[in-house]
Amino acid sequence: MSNAVLLVEGLHKAFGGVQAVADVSFAVSAGEMLALIGPNGAGKSTCFNMLNGQLKPDAGVVRFEGRDIVGLRPRAIWRLGVGRTFQITATFASLSVRENVQMALYSHAGRLRSLLTRFGTAFRTDADALLNQVGMLDQADRTCGVLAYGDLKRVELAIALANQPRLLLMDEPTAGMAPKERVALMELTASLARARNIAVLFTEHDMDVVFSQADRIIVLDRGELIAGGTPEEVRNNPDVRAVYLGSVH
Amino acid sequence: MTFSSILIQLLNGLAAASSLFLVSAGLSLIFGVTRIVNFAHGSLYMLGLYGAYTLIELLGRTPLGFWSAVVLSALAVGLVGVLIELLVLRRIYRAPELFQLLATFAIVLVIKDIALFAWGAEDLVGPRAPGLSNAVEIMGKRVPAYDLLLIAIGPVVLAAIWLLLTRTRWGALVRAATQDREMVGALGVDQAKLFTSVFFVGAVLAGLGGALQIPREPANLELDLAVIADAFVVTVVGGLGSIGGAFLAAVIIGVAKAFCIGIGTVTWFGVEISFSKLTLVVEFLIMALVLVVRPYGLLGRPQAAQRVAAEPAPPFTVPSWSFALVWLALLLVVPWVADRYTAILLTDIVCFALFAVSLHFIMGPAGMVSFGHAAYFGIGAYAAGLLLKRAGLPMEAALLIAPLVAGAFAIVYGWFCVRLSGVYLAMLTLAFAQISWSIVFQWDSVTGGSNGVFGVWPSAWLADKTVYYYLALGLCGAGVALLWRVMFSPFGFVLRAGRDSPLRAEAIGIDLRRFQWAAFVLAGALAGLAGAVYAFSKGSISPSTISIAQSTDGLVMVLLGGVETLTGPVVGAAIFTWLRDVVARNTEFWRAVIGLVILLIVLLFPQGLVGGLKALAMRWREGRA
Repeated sequence: MSNAVLLVEGLHKAFGGVQAVADVSFAVSAGEMLALIGPNGAGKSTCFNMLNGQLKPDAGVVRFEGRDIVGLRPRAIWRLGVGRTFQITATFASLSVRENVQMALYSHAGRLRSLLTRFGTAFRTDADALLNQVGMLDQADRTCGVLAYGDLKRVELAIALANQPRLLLMDEPTAGMAPKERVALMELTASLARARNIAVLFTEHDMDVVFSQADRIIVLDRGELIAGGTPEEVRNNPDVRAVYLGSVH
Repeated sequence: MTFSSILIQLLNGLAAASSLFLVSAGLSLIFGVTRIVNFAHGSLYMLGLYGAYTLIELLGRTPLGFWSAVVLSALAVGLVGVLIELLVLRRIYRAPELFQLLATFAIVLVIKDIALFAWGAEDLVGPRAPGLSNAVEIMGKRVPAYDLLLIAIGPVVLAAIWLLLTRTRWGALVRAATQDREMVGALGVDQAKLFTSVFFVGAVLAGLGGALQIPREPANLELDLAVIADAFVVTVVGGLGSIGGAFLAAVIIGVAKAFCIGIGTVTWFGVEISFSKLTLVVEFLIMALVLVVRPYGLLGRPQAAQRVAAEPAPPFTVPSWSFALVWLALLLVVPWVADRYTAILLTDIVCFALFAVSLHFIMGPAGMVSFGHAAYFGIGAYAAGLLLKRAGLPMEAALLIAPLVAGAFAIVYGWFCVRLSGVYLAMLTLAFAQISWSIVFQWDSVTGGSNGVFGVWPSAWLADKTVYYYLALGLCGAGVALLWRVMFSPFGFVLRAGRDSPLRAEAIGIDLRRFQWAAFVLAGALAGLAGAVYAFSKGSISPSTISIAQSTDGLVMVLLGGVETLTGPVVGAAIFTWLRDVVARNTEFWRAVIGLVILLIVLLFPQGLVGGLKALAMRWREGRA
């Protein structure tokens, strides 16, 4: 796929003697929502951490817009235009919601080194626009440390959008949320991704979310990709049914 | 060196390692279970030594008298540990970590003065161990029999602790709590009892370590901080919470020190190198090396994340202009109407205010606690003095270059420190401060050694105390204003953001270490400015400006005022300096008074003075509404 934003080829990672990820290849194109699913321990998080720079693969290629990003630090990957959210939310708890987003905007503009100007005067409208998009503008002045979990997830989404990413990596974006909130958050993500033509790769446990929001699904089991395709194709794939339901066909 | 002299040094080192291991094992045990860094552990060691001295006098210099004294002294220190746990620490387990630290500082002060009151300021030389005062001949050299016994005691105690930890229910609880304190609490274990018992055992080990040294080392009042510094190094090198690691580290450090003494002065390629002078530094060099290579110590593991999320620090509020102007006016007018003495005290206060604010800058917003901030204060002071006296620079130039020298040291030290976090970072800062102190203390020909530098007076136009006060106010005030300004800048917000979530900072493209490093250097340079201003106000500089005591003074000032407020460190510095001045003029036991005041504040206002008063004011307002 030549127009792929993210291209992964032959990814390998072993911990000691355990092959966590073996020969994984896939691609995500602009505006596409790709779900990476699999049972617990299938290697989803390992796979994810090799894409965002947290882990170094033993072998394989990870290309973002044609550029090999293996070995780059997370901050360098972000600078190239990759946003991310965490399985357990990571925000700046003592800063306000708006300041959290502003921090990412300042960083994107390379304006954090200033010692004597006052933080928060710049990028206020940009931050508010992002917060408006994720529905958090009314809570912009609250401290992140006091927010409800679902709201934090939305703040993370706003932060992730701050550097105008072309790729969004979301590790378990709805973990810890109420079922109703989950679909709402991913609907929001999907609409933003389509509007901004962002490629989205996400892992997810909630199958309602996966099958309603993903354009394509790839399935990981014991470190290997066992299936891939549209939700309909994956739903009817006997291997996938075996993995999730046991070998009852 | 011959083989036999190497062997002798090895035995000497191992003998010293035993006591070091006992103290460190106790410290490690207590930290593992309660997560409290017990600064008073060295004080417990000191009490063990004094206690043994007195008990031997009472029970007689017979083998029975000697050994009962050692055991009784250790047990008595264990009871002191229980008292500390019950009366102070039990009430503040839920308080922020730094407050627990402040409380243990206060206990150090109180115990020091109790020892001063009970045993006086003179060193007390204990008797040799009856029946073991002879020497054993090994390969033609004479080794004190008592040393051989000490060497045996180390492994015996290690084995005893190991059995206690692996073969008893109590040990299982201790190990479980070390791994996951909250889980043990959730399983219904009575944490209060467990903590008290762990404190008892830890304190007994410290007391025993001290008591066993009675034939080898005189009891003196400086032991508390000297021993705690050693014990910190050992526990950090070995890995916090690891008893085996503490043993390994104690042996490595004990032997390395002994070898430095044994090698003495050697000439390599025409350069004289005095290894015996390295003894004060060698352990800190080992620690710095270990921490850079293995950030959790030789046998340590990364600390388990605590699930109890800390309350997010409230954002700083900017003091209003009217508030600032009233204070500035007061500071400008008071010396006019008051006497010369007030000007001198106020000069001290503004110096320490900048010192405290610079420490707060890296502790509060950046979340990097430093146990060795005096390094920069002292280096600034010495740089000012030496540029004036040895380089012959004018006073004004010396005053302005000194902060740059302190900043240059902060560049080097900070590079290592920002690679670590939490307790390990704090310990490494302590190590660098001790290295600086040792160099200053031993480099007689340049720094004047223990006497320090004299005749560091300002230029004639600044000779008047009131005029000098205005200079100090101007420079230190500018320093404080600069740091406060930076706290609200993008740079300052990055530090806060990095303290809250290093993971998120990295994920939005921030190279956090560079910012932390720069913060370290800025804080170091301004602490250096405070030190330089202080040096010229006193006219002399002593190594105590770099001492652990000076570093802990800074911590006490910051914590007293409150980490989570902007003005807290200034208030803390003012109250601490004033209190020390007032109390010291009226009683010999000023440390105990200050210690008790701090304990009172810790127990009443766990958010520091300014934070506590704010909370009170808020409650009062709500009550009226």
